[in-house]
Amino acid sequence: MSLDPATVRRIARLARIGIDESDVPALQGELNGILGWVEQLNEVDVEGVPPMVGTGHAALRTRPDVVTDGNCRDAVLSNAPDGVGPFYTVPKVVE
Amino acid sequence: MTYTIEGKTGAWEIVVGLEVHAQIISHSKLFSGASASYGGEPNTHVSLVDAGFPGMLPVLNQECVAQAIRTGLGLRARINLESRFDRKNYFYADLPTGYQISQFTHPIVGEGTVEIELGDGTVRHIGITRLHMEQDAGKSMHDQDPARSFIDLNRAGVALMEIVSEPDIRCPEEAGAYLRKLRQILRYLGTCDGNMEEGSMRADVNVSVRKAGEPFRTRCEIKNVNSIRYVMHSIEVEATRQIEVWEDGGEVDQETRLFDPSRNETRSLRSKEDAHDYRYFPDPDLLPLVVEQEWVDALERGLPELPDDKRDRFVKEYGIPRYDASVLVAEQAIADYYEEVAKGRDARLAANWVTGDLFGALNRTGRTITDSPISAAALGGMLDLVSDKTINGKIAKEVFEDMLETGDSAAAIVERKGLKQVTDTGAIDAAVADVMARNADKVEEYRGGKDRLFGFFVGQVMKAMAGKANPAMVNEALKKVL
Repeated sequence: MSLDPATVRRIARLARIGIDESDVPALQGELNGILGWVEQLNEVDVEGVPPMVGTGHAALRTRPDVVTDGNCRDAVLSNAPDGVGPFYTVPKVVE
Repeated sequence: MTYTIEGKTGAWEIVVGLEVHAQIISHSKLFSGASASYGGEPNTHVSLVDAGFPGMLPVLNQECVAQAIRTGLGLRARINLESRFDRKNYFYADLPTGYQISQFTHPIVGEGTVEIELGDGTVRHIGITRLHMEQDAGKSMHDQDPARSFIDLNRAGVALMEIVSEPDIRCPEEAGAYLRKLRQILRYLGTCDGNMEEGSMRADVNVSVRKAGEPFRTRCEIKNVNSIRYVMHSIEVEATRQIEVWEDGGEVDQETRLFDPSRNETRSLRSKEDAHDYRYFPDPDLLPLVVEQEWVDALERGLPELPDDKRDRFVKEYGIPRYDASVLVAEQAIADYYEEVAKGRDARLAANWVTGDLFGALNRTGRTITDSPISAAALGGMLDLVSDKTINGKIAKEVFEDMLETGDSAAAIVERKGLKQVTDTGAIDAAVADVMARNADKVEEYRGGKDRLFGFFVGQVMKAMAGKANPAMVNEALKKVL
């Protein structure tokens, strides 16, 4: 698998990362390097082996349906660069 | 008969599938301990998990899983003992993490079916493809400021079930019947309140059109339709649009559209470039969800009787028509009310009074069954007086109105107004003789063959006795002398 420049630009856009056109060749090289490295895994024969999702046999932890959190608006809004009253705000988004 | 829309080139069939988002009834959110209740102060029902702070980890709410399984069982669907959570990635201001945790490849519930009944009595089965759990997003307000959108995360992370139907729906009426039935099942199960006005149930509508016998053509998805009426309406509007596109030699693009009821049109919503590129991948914060069959069995044993079963039982146990039974099971509270009235009494009579006079009275007074001005016990008490012939059917209507107004018991009203039915043959015979004496001419006509006058005599005798005579006995007495 190898990424062309158009795909590199598209990935950047999906990730909302602004890149200069001059960065594309370098990024293309880096990403293809990473993909090539990961692709070595394809050499392993995993026919009939169920996907491994963790190293332990731990089950997913669950919690009882009890309200134990929330009511911490100050903390929630603490990183908001442009909060207004009880809200945080973003540049207007209307579809 | 197949529903079709007539175009320039002939008849078109429509094909519809629905994705319903139903908010799970729970105290806390799907992956955090913040409150899931509606209507808190902005950004107070929010934990740092919901706000997407770095390092926060989701922990699954056990009760939400139980609710999803109950719903799956109610849809007669397969429960997947192993399911998984995936990340659905997209950027939007009310989605702080940049992804929604959902179940993409391995949903908790697989194929099921919902039985619907149409106005003409046709029964159809609509397939369920799957049901999965996912998080709701926050709310953006665009009208507070000219340059900014305000964000409230109270809804962010609240548990939803997405219930996906097969493309089995063929007309707007079926879509409406399916949604009503689904809502009825969810309410019976207590897994979603089904309130579309508040947004706790909403539908994405997939619509395509085709000529008879063709395979499916390209579909469009109408997002977030929030009433059953709009769903039905949007299907018609969108199908008509697609027919025009095809007939003008165009090509329908697969895209997301928005229904605008005020302009009676659908319009394209998202730029196609990024549509449906959610780059799903398994959420590394969450192990697969494994549930035990024993737990599923226990949840199944705890399910209430479902509407279809209840309807069939009412038909069998109470001998009432299927239509009446369907009406009575529309809501659990109505069914409970009816059963209390019917138990140990004339069940057909009870059904007639509940669906007729009681529903009429509730409509008039703007009440619902749960705050009915006449309790089931009180209505039952009145029916007892009808059954033991203390009052007749006509007087019963008068007593019912009085109960509605005063809240008194039927027995007290009968006593107070002296409405007890007259079953004294002497009194009835006397009234009959009197009526005949005063209407000698009509008696002649009747005896001359004008049978229809019988009703006139019954009416006159009843009137003479202030409506309190036993109608059967009046009939008998009249037949004897005429």
